[in-house]
Amino acid sequence: MSTTSLSTAGTAASSSGPLLSVRELQVHFPTQDGVVKAVNGLTFDLEAGKTLGIVGESGSGKSVSSMAIMGLHRGTNAKVSGEIELAGVNLLDISADEMRRKRGRDVSMIFQDPLSAMHPYYTVGNQIAEAYRVHHSVSRKIAKQRAVEMLDRVGIPTPDKRVNDYPHQFSGGMRQRAMIAMGLINDPGLLIADEPTTALDVTVQAQILDLLQDLQREFNSAVIIITHDLGVVAEMADDVLVMYAGRAVEHGPCKEILTHPEMPYTWGLLSSVPDLSGDTGARLVPIPGNPPSLLNPPSGCAFHPRCAHRDKVPGDLCRTELPLLVPGQRGAHHTKRCHLPNPDAIYATEVLPEIAPDLVGGAGEDGAEELR
Amino acid sequence: MLAYVIRRVFAGVIMLIVMSIVTFALFFLTPIDQESFICGKNCSAAQKKETAAAMGYDDSFINQWSDFAKGVVVGRDFPDDPKLRETAPQTIVRCDAPCLGYSRERGDTVTNLIKDTFPVSFSLAVAAFILWMAGGILFGVLAALKKGTFIDRGVVGLSLIGFAFPTFFVGLLLYKFVAIQWGLTEIPRYTSIAEGGIGGWLSGLTLPAITLCLFFMAAYVRMTRSYVIESFQEDYVRTARAKGLPERTVTFKHALRAALTPIVTMAGLDFAGLMGGAIITESVFNYPGMGKLAVLASSDFDLPTTVGLVILLAAFVIMANIVVDLLYAVIDPRVRLG
Repeated sequence: MSTTSLSTAGTAASSSGPLLSVRELQVHFPTQDGVVKAVNGLTFDLEAGKTLGIVGESGSGKSVSSMAIMGLHRGTNAKVSGEIELAGVNLLDISADEMRRKRGRDVSMIFQDPLSAMHPYYTVGNQIAEAYRVHHSVSRKIAKQRAVEMLDRVGIPTPDKRVNDYPHQFSGGMRQRAMIAMGLINDPGLLIADEPTTALDVTVQAQILDLLQDLQREFNSAVIIITHDLGVVAEMADDVLVMYAGRAVEHGPCKEILTHPEMPYTWGLLSSVPDLSGDTGARLVPIPGNPPSLLNPPSGCAFHPRCAHRDKVPGDLCRTELPLLVPGQRGAHHTKRCHLPNPDAIYATEVLPEIAPDLVGGAGEDGAEELR
Repeated sequence: MLAYVIRRVFAGVIMLIVMSIVTFALFFLTPIDQESFICGKNCSAAQKKETAAAMGYDDSFINQWSDFAKGVVVGRDFPDDPKLRETAPQTIVRCDAPCLGYSRERGDTVTNLIKDTFPVSFSLAVAAFILWMAGGILFGVLAALKKGTFIDRGVVGLSLIGFAFPTFFVGLLLYKFVAIQWGLTEIPRYTSIAEGGIGGWLSGLTLPAITLCLFFMAAYVRMTRSYVIESFQEDYVRTARAKGLPERTVTFKHALRAALTPIVTMAGLDFAGLMGGAIITESVFNYPGMGKLAVLASSDFDLPTTVGLVILLAAFVIMANIVVDLLYAVIDPRVRLG
């Protein structure tokens, strides 16, 4: 299901459908203790030029699913099944060498910690040029020239000099800029950013997000941004996918999800975001408990042991039956995986007053603006 | 860079001086009368005293050490006795700088003894070094790439065996079976390049070098394996794959490059340690190297030779340390010398 296709029908997207289409993606890791079901039945679409934010706690399957799109589980013991269609090609059907050729050219990825993600023994320019040369048969000189251009494009001052620096000579923000340059040097249709700002300090975070948005517009790339920071999602994403225990639990347009969340786990995530402009008396409400074991996930809804609202569902359904990802009260564009019959009402009366008392009373639409 | 080298060399020289004083002091304190070795069994007390005076053994510790140090710098005569120089100059042995002493037992200067034995030990060390580095890195990388398979288990198991068997046992086994029983190689005997050409030199070296390298190779296989496995876990290897690089480039340019740094460091120091002679291997194969010399010198209280060998080995280790540190700065751009 896709909401972006509703809002942008006939514009950026070609008639052949979305750029990326993930269907029933499963990533399982057989271990000595049993099968770790890291991703279970993940389905989403993403159109060219659009941004999908994938949100969830550590271990919810965000990074594992993006690694699956990159084909980086090949050669490990991970069992990947389902369909990942990028520009009409199912990435799970093609050979390892065909996937390798797509990596970095059609889909590329930037990582959380740019210091450890760059090789300490090679210059920044060498590493960026290498990404270009592997997909284009050009001379070293031309590839280096490309690297300088890209460094310039991502805002590195005096790029013709800095291209010869080693990663340790760059600051954290500059390293992430260099990683972005490396990710975009082949103009890929899809860029996956795995917590790109987590390792950076707050002022640099904003710059990096701005840069990503600028470049996305310029290159018309689709972006998947993986984060646990709802502020980043509010800033960047067109669509939001909330993941819990390897499953999508809520999916819809960004503003819709942030203003009318229908899944108690999303409420929990929203409750743990501090509100700078809000009442200083308002409490940050953490989600109780820990992320579930993916080896022995809880029965029924995986979130039920931590859910404060499970008593509102009759017949112990939360414990016994896995809810389906189905449209909620607000229409087909907003799906959620929850048994609660009236989540909107519970959110408005029980959750919102706790986390943002000033928004109560019909001002709920501004929730997303608050986060921005 | 140059300032760093000068500082390190200076510190190294000071370290050597301290080492020589300590070694000297240890031997000065031993309750062995050097003069009675020279003078013989039926030596009267007066004769003994005379010999001690002629040899300089009755001198104070400081004077003996400074004589030694002077010898290293400008050379000296043995015995340094003006009377003898007039009456019987042919009995005086001239020891040119760098003079490390004179061995009565062997009737030669320590410098000459080392000159004779060093090429043997050096040949053995170089041959073993090449074998163990090539084998160790090759099998270590292989085991790391095939981690968990029977190839990996086989390589690791074999290296455990190589690690567990003592060198003298492996040496005797090879000597007895490969050379004597089966006659697969000649009886190993040191042949210099001048004598037997490169072929003769190599064939004489084969068994001792294999014996010596096995232990080191076992250690390097395990070390390389664990460093390469560790290196494959690094984020930058994931980045290299995410760029779409072929697995060969990922392995050799990205993963192995990082793993080699600590291996190079270890290798430099291990090689320097062998410069002092491979004592057990040389003894088993009756190889006339510095290790064998050291064993003989210490069994018949040949103090000048022992002191000379100890100081030489110390110099090699200090030098190797400096070289390895310089090399480290070349390999790893994050390392700054200073």
